Amino acid sequence: MTAPLSAPLEISFDYTRSLGPVLAKFMTALADRRILGSRGSDGRVHVPPAEFDPVSFAPPAELIEVGPEGTVLTWSWTDHPVDGQPLDRPFAWALIRLDGADTGMLHAVDGGSAGQMRTGMRVRPRWAAQTSGQITDIECFEPATQPARQSAAEPAAAAAGQAVAAGQAVAGQVADGAADGAEPVTMIITPVRLGYQHTASTEESRYLRALQDGKIIGQRCPACQKVYVPPRGACPTDGVPTTTDVELPDHGIVTTFCVVNVPFQGQRVATPYVAASILLDGADIAFQHLILGCAPDEVRMGMRVRAVWRPPEDWGTTSENIDHFEPTGEPDAPYESYAHHL
Amino acid sequence: MKHRAAVLGTGQTQHRSKRPDVSIAGLCREAVDRALADAGLGLADIDAVVVGKAPDLFEGVMMPELYLADALGAVGKPLLRVHTAGSVGGATGNVAASLVQAGVHRRVLAVAFEKQSESNAMWALSIAPPFSMPLLAGAGGYFAPHVRAYIRRSGAPEHVGAMVAVKDRRNGARNQYAHLRQPDITLESVQASPMLWDPVRYDETCPSSDGACAVVIGDQSAAEAAAGPVAWIRATSMRTEPTMFAGKDHVNPRAGADAAAALWQQAGITDPRGQIDVAEIYVPFSWFEPMWLENLGFAEQGKGWQLTESGETEIGGSIPINPSGGVLCSNPIGASGLLRFAESAMQVMGKAGDHQVAGARTALGHAYGGGSQYFSMWVVADTPD
Repeated sequence: MTAPLSAPLEISFDYTRSLGPVLAKFMTALADRRILGSRGSDGRVHVPPAEFDPVSFAPPAELIEVGPEGTVLTWSWTDHPVDGQPLDRPFAWALIRLDGADTGMLHAVDGGSAGQMRTGMRVRPRWAAQTSGQITDIECFEPATQPARQSAAEPAAAAAGQAVAAGQAVAGQVADGAADGAEPVTMIITPVRLGYQHTASTEESRYLRALQDGKIIGQRCPACQKVYVPPRGACPTDGVPTTTDVELPDHGIVTTFCVVNVPFQGQRVATPYVAASILLDGADIAFQHLILGCAPDEVRMGMRVRAVWRPPEDWGTTSENIDHFEPTGEPDAPYESYAHHL
Repeated sequence: MKHRAAVLGTGQTQHRSKRPDVSIAGLCREAVDRALADAGLGLADIDAVVVGKAPDLFEGVMMPELYLADALGAVGKPLLRVHTAGSVGGATGNVAASLVQAGVHRRVLAVAFEKQSESNAMWALSIAPPFSMPLLAGAGGYFAPHVRAYIRRSGAPEHVGAMVAVKDRRNGARNQYAHLRQPDITLESVQASPMLWDPVRYDETCPSSDGACAVVIGDQSAAEAAAGPVAWIRATSMRTEPTMFAGKDHVNPRAGADAAAALWQQAGITDPRGQIDVAEIYVPFSWFEPMWLENLGFAEQGKGWQLTESGETEIGGSIPINPSGGVLCSNPIGASGLLRFAESAMQVMGKAGDHQVAGARTALGHAYGGGSQYFSMWVVADTPD
C-alpha cells in the first residue's frame, strides 16, 4: 500500500499576556533586578507571588522582596538543551527556594556538570545584561561559591519556542509596582511556535494523488449510496468503510457562497473573493472552493461552474491544482434540485 | 431519579474588547466573586468546579484549568474542563447541573471565560492544513453561506438581519456589563455598515471580547437555604452531530432540533412560544435569531423571520429574545454560552436590572458551537416544578 501523504505544518503567534496587578509587580521588580514573593494568609511566602492566596483565596495583602540567593531543593540535569531553553550548554533545571521564601521557583542553574550539582547547594541569580520585566531577566542561577560571571546573552535571544518563553515585555499604565521610576510592566508577549507533521488519511491521500493526475475521485457509501468527495474512509451517517471509488467530473453547481471582504492575519487569497460550496455532478456533499471569472455580485446559488486547472506542470498533491471554478454559462440549476444540500 | 438543582447565583465581568487590567485568573475571579456574592456564599462552600473555554489556541495556554486551580479555589476539590467549541459555556452549565442532579455534589461552581485580546480568533480559526484550499475565513466565512441559504429557503426580506442587530444592540445598552452598548443604532446605520462576509454585515456580527461568567448551582437544600431568589433548573439537553455529512441541514440542524424536542419534553413544555417567557439564545450573526427560532420550535419552518419582523422578540414583545443584548453585544467565546444560561436564570430570579422582562417566570438558555454541531440548552423557572 502506498504511504499516506505527509507535510509539515508550522503555526506561530505572538500571544499577549495581561499580567494583572500581582504579576505586574513581580515582572516590574525583575526589570529592577529584584525578586518579589507574596506572603500568604498562613504566613508562607510564595515565589513567584500567588495571584490569589491558596488558603484564603484573596489577593495577596503584601509582596515582599526575597533572595537574591537561594537553595536548590531538587534538580534535573539537561545534557542536550533545545531551542528556547535558558542556556545553550548543558544545565540543570532546579527548584530554588530563595532566601525568605517557603516555595521553590523553577529556573535554570549553570552548574557546569551534573557532578557539580547537589541538592542543598547555594545559588544566586545571574541577571541579563539588559532587563525588561520578564522571567528571562534572570538569565539563570549560578553556584554562589564561584566568582560572578558576566551575562552571556541578550534576553531576546534566549526566549523563543515554548509557551513559557517570554519574548518581550510591554510597559503599560498600572501605576504601582514601579521601582525607582522604572516603567511598570503590565503585559508580556509570549511567542508560541508549533511544528506539526500533518498526515492525510489513506483515502484523502488517494484523492490527492488522483488530483496530481488531473482526476477527482470520491467514494460511495455501501449503505446509503452517498458519494463523498473528498473521500472520508467511513460514512459519517452509517459508520461503515467507504471502499468504492467514484471518478467525478470537474463541473457542478454553486449551492451557496459568501463574498469575503474582510482581511485578516494569515489570509492567502486577496479580498474580495467568493468562497463557494461547490457540488460536483454526481457527488452528495459540497466542498469549498474559489469562484473567479465573473464579478462577485454575479455569483448565484445554483450557478453552473467548472474547474479551471493550473498548468499540468504545476500539479501537486493538493486541492490547489484546481486554481478556481468559473461559470460555464449554462442555465442555473433549479433551487429544488439542490435545496437538500443546503 | 434526578435530584432537584437550582441556580443560586450568577456573576459576569465587565466585557470589553481588551481587559489589560487583569490576568486570565483575575478575569475569572471577577465573575466568580460576583456569582458567590450573588449566592451569599464563599469559595469554601463550593464542592466542585467545572471550567469551560473554547480552543486553547485562542490564548495559547495549554490546559489553562490547571493553572487556574488556585484562583478558582479548586485545590482539593474535583476540577473538570468541558470543551464543546462555542457552545462550551452552555455545556459547562449543564455538566455542573448534572453533578448536582446526580446527587454527587451539593454546590458546584461553573466558570467559563475567553480573553480574546490575548490572541486572534480569526487567525486561530483559519489555519489551513497542508493539501487544502486556503479559503477559511473565520466563523463569519463559515456561517455566511448558511445565512444565505436561510434567506433563500425562507424568502426572508433583507432588513430582518438588520432588525435583529438594532434590537440586540439597543438591548445591550440596557445591560451594564455589555461590551457594545449602542442605544442610537438604527436600521439605516446597520444597513450602511460594511459588508464583511456578504450577506453578513459588520453591524450584524458579534464583537471580539474579553470576559467571563460564573454560575453557582446547588441542590434542593442549598436552594431552600438561599436568602434570595433562585432559578430552578427544569430541564437540560445536549446533542451533537458531525460538522459535515451528506444530507446535513446547515440551516436547521437536526442536533439542535432534537436537543430542543428533548428539552421541551423534559420540562413539560408543549408550546414553547406560549410557555417560555424569555429566551437567551446564541446569535453570533444576526440572522441566527430567526434560524434558531425555527430550530427551537418557537416558529414554524420558514416563519422565524416573521416573528422577528413583528417585533415580538423585543423586550415587551410576547417572546423577548436576548434582552441582555446577547452574543451580538458581548462575545468572550468560551463564556458566551454560560452568559446565555446565566442571563436566563437572572430573568426568572428577577435580577436582570434594566433589561428585566416583566413577569418572567420560565426562561430558555441556549448555545451552539463548532460548525453547528454542538447544542446545549436549559430551561429555568422560578419554582421547582
